[in-house]
Amino acid sequence: MNLDKEMMEALTTFTIESTELLQDMEADLLALENIEEPSETINAIFRAAHTIKGSAGLFGLEHIVRFTHVVESVLDALRSGKLTVSSELVAGLLPCCDHLNSLIRDVVDGKLEENQDMTESGNRLLDALRPFLKPDLKTPEAAETGVACRDDAARVETIAGDVIESGNWLLFLQFSENCLRDGMDPLSFIHYLTTLGEIVDLTTFSHAMPDAASMDPESNYLGFEIVLKSEAGKETIESAFDFIRDGSHIHILPLENRIPYYVELIKSLTDDNAQLGELLLKSGVITQRELEEGLKAQQTQTEAQQQSARIGEILVDQRVVQQPLVNAALEKQQQLKDSKARENQSIRVDAERLDKLIDLIGELVISTAAAKLRAMQTRDIALHEAHASVISLVEEVRDCALQLRMVPIGSTFSRYQRVVHDISKELGKDIKLVINGAETEVDKSVVEKIGDPLLHLVRNAMDHGIEAAELRAERGKPAQGTLRLNAYHSSGNIVIEVGDDGGGLDRDKIYAKAVERGLIQPGATLSDQDIYALIFEPGFSTVEQISNLSGRGVGMDVVKRNITELRGIIHIDSVPGCGTTLRLHLPLTLAIIDGFLVGVGEASYVIPLDRVVECVELPVDDERDYMELRGEVLPFIRLRQLFRKNGSAARRQNVIVVEHLGLKAGLVVDRLMGELQTVIKPLGKLFGHVQGVGGSTILGSGEVALIIDVPTLIRQQEHDLVSV
Amino acid sequence: MQTLTIEGELTVFTAAEQKTSLLAFLNTGDELEINLANVGEIDTAGLQLLILIKREAAQSGKTLRFVMHSKAVLDVLELTRLTSAFGDQVVLAHNEESPR
Repeated sequence: MNLDKEMMEALTTFTIESTELLQDMEADLLALENIEEPSETINAIFRAAHTIKGSAGLFGLEHIVRFTHVVESVLDALRSGKLTVSSELVAGLLPCCDHLNSLIRDVVDGKLEENQDMTESGNRLLDALRPFLKPDLKTPEAAETGVACRDDAARVETIAGDVIESGNWLLFLQFSENCLRDGMDPLSFIHYLTTLGEIVDLTTFSHAMPDAASMDPESNYLGFEIVLKSEAGKETIESAFDFIRDGSHIHILPLENRIPYYVELIKSLTDDNAQLGELLLKSGVITQRELEEGLKAQQTQTEAQQQSARIGEILVDQRVVQQPLVNAALEKQQQLKDSKARENQSIRVDAERLDKLIDLIGELVISTAAAKLRAMQTRDIALHEAHASVISLVEEVRDCALQLRMVPIGSTFSRYQRVVHDISKELGKDIKLVINGAETEVDKSVVEKIGDPLLHLVRNAMDHGIEAAELRAERGKPAQGTLRLNAYHSSGNIVIEVGDDGGGLDRDKIYAKAVERGLIQPGATLSDQDIYALIFEPGFSTVEQISNLSGRGVGMDVVKRNITELRGIIHIDSVPGCGTTLRLHLPLTLAIIDGFLVGVGEASYVIPLDRVVECVELPVDDERDYMELRGEVLPFIRLRQLFRKNGSAARRQNVIVVEHLGLKAGLVVDRLMGELQTVIKPLGKLFGHVQGVGGSTILGSGEVALIIDVPTLIRQQEHDLVSV
Repeated sequence: MQTLTIEGELTVFTAAEQKTSLLAFLNTGDELEINLANVGEIDTAGLQLLILIKREAAQSGKTLRFVMHSKAVLDVLELTRLTSAFGDQVVLAHNEESPR
C-alpha cells in the first residue's frame, strides 16, 4: 500500500489516537465490574472500539476493521443490554485490547498489511468471544446495513431495491412552481447531474399536482428524489442548482450507508473553536449556505419563542442533515468542550519547545539591553517612555516564561516515600519520611537534576545517619527514626533540606580520617563547617567501614559535583547525637537572573542581585582589606586584584556588600552601573576550573561580562582569612 | 379505441394548448391511445402533462396508453424512471438504448 505524505501524517495521528483510546478502553474495562451504573462506561468502551474501527477503515486497514468489528458487536450487545457485564466477558475483551494494541503497533512500524500470525492469534481471541455473540451473530455486512438503515424506514424504501450499488448522495429536489415560466427546466438540471456522477436511483413525485381543472400546465409540480453516485462534494452538487434555488426546496444529504463515514469524519476533525455548524460544514455534510439559513432560522426562532432552538435540530427539521450526523457532531462538540476543560487545568508541552522559548526570551532580554543602551544616548522622551514599557513587558514575559518551567518539588519528594519504605525494610530499620513544603516550586531542569543527588543523600541518611533501633533506645530516642525532606524559598534560592534524627556527624573521626588521607595538615584549625565539608572530598568515600561515619562519603563527591553544576551549594548542620541536616541551596532557575552590573577598569562584571545587600562608598582607600560597617568588620574582596586588572583604581571606589549564608563581604569595584537582566551563558569547558566566576553574559553593548560567583568568593575569602 | 397523435413539441410553450386538447381527448372514449411518435421535444411541463393525463384516466377508470414513444420521450421517461410507472409497452423505435 502506498500512502502519500499527507496520508502518512494522518496515519500517525490515527495510531496515536488509537493507542490513547485503547488505554482508556483498558482502564474502563478494568473498572467495568466495579461500577454500579456501567452504561456510561460501556458506551465509552463502545465508542472507542467504534472509532478505531471507523478510522482503520478510512486507511484501508481491513484486518483491523475485521477484528474490531467483532469486538464492537460484542460491545454493542453489551450496550443494548443483550449481554451483562461479567468477569468472563472482561477477561475475554482485555486480550482483544492488547491484540488491537499490537496491531496498531505494527501499523506504527509501517506494517500496514495483515500479518498471518497476528491474524491467527486474533482469530483465537475472537473465537473466545463467539459464545457471547451466539444469539445474533451477524455478518459484518448485514450488521453494517442494519445499523445504517435503521433510523428512517420511509426513506430507505426508496433506495431499498438497490442498496448494494449505493450512491453517495441523496437529493431531494422540489423545484419552485415558477421555474418553468422562468425558463428553467428541472429535467435539464437532473440531466446535468449525470455529468457529475451516475444516477443510481430516481423517484419522481407528482403528488403535488392538483386535479386537472386547477392544474396550471406552466407550473412545476414535480419533485424528485435522487440517489447520486458521485465523487463530487456537496458544494459542487449544490452549485448545480444555483440558478434554480429561489423558491425551490433542494436538500442534499449524504446517503444513509455513508453516514458511518461522515460520523467518523466528524469525530476525526479537531477544531478548537468548533461550532456544530462548522463541524458539519467542514465534513462536507452541509454547505455554508445551509448553515447560514439554519443560523438565521435559529435566530428568528429564538426571537419568536424566546427560547433557544438548537442549530442541529433546525438543520434536521429542514432536512439538511440527518439526525445521526448531528448527534455525531454534537458528541464531537461535547468532547472538544470536555477536553478544553481539561486543558484549562494543564497542557502538556514538549520540554524542548519550552527551552526554545526560554532561549528566545534570553535573547530578547539581551536585545532589550542593547536597545536600552541606544535609547539612553538620545534625548527622545517618547522613545524613553516607549522603551520603558517595552522593558517592563519583557520583564513580565521573562517571569511568566520562567514560571512556565516551575514545577512543585512535591512530585520528586513523594518518589522517596517508596524509596524510604523499601530501604527501611532492607535495613531492618523503622523509618518514616516527613515531607514539608512539597508545593515549593522550582525550575524543572533543577528538579530533573536534583533527583539523583537527593536519592544519594536520602540513602546515606537512612543507612548511616539513623541508628539501629537498639542504639536509639539506648540514646533515649523513639524507636522510629525520622527522615525529613523540606523545601522552601529563600532569597532567590530554593533550599532543600534532608534531615535525619540520627547520630550526627562525628567531627573528630572525620578530622582524623582527613589527616590520614592527607586531605588536611595535622593540627590545622578548621571550623565545624569545613570539617563536615570534607565528607564531600573525592577519595574520602573510599574510607573503610567506620561506625557512624562509614559510607557517608559514598558518592558524596558526586553529589557535591551535581549540586555545584546547578550553581548550588551544600551546607551541613550536625548536632552529635541529635541528627544531621544537609541543606542544598539551589538557584530557582538556571537561565536568567537579575544582576547588578559593576565595572572594574574596562571590564564589566555582573553580581547576582539577590546576593547584593547594599552599596556603600569606599571611605578612604588605605590599602586595608576590611572596613567598619555599622560596628561590624566587613572584609573586602578587591575585584581588581582578584581578576588581576591593571590600571589604577578609580578615584572613588564603591563597595558592594554581598551576603551568603550569613557571611558578608564587600566587593570593591570602580563603578556601579545598575541593575540588569542577565541571561546566563555557561563558560566553556576551558574555563571550568576558574574560581569565582559562575558564567558569562552578553551586555547590550555586545561586551561580555563575567558573572561573579559570590558563594565561592566568600568561602575562599573565609578560607584565606582562617589560614592567615 | 381513440387515438390521439401529438404533433410537435410537448414543452412549456405548448403546454397550455396541449393540456386543453389532452383533457378534451380524455372525454372521447374509455379506451384511449396517445401516439407520441411525433413528439420531437419534451420538457418537465410536457412530462407533467403526461403524468396528469395518465392520472386523470386512471381516476375515471379509463384505459390510456402511450404508444410509439419518440426518442425524446423515451429519454425523459428513462431519466425520471417513469417507464414502468406508466406501464405502457415501449416499442423501441430506436434501438440504441434498452429501457429497464
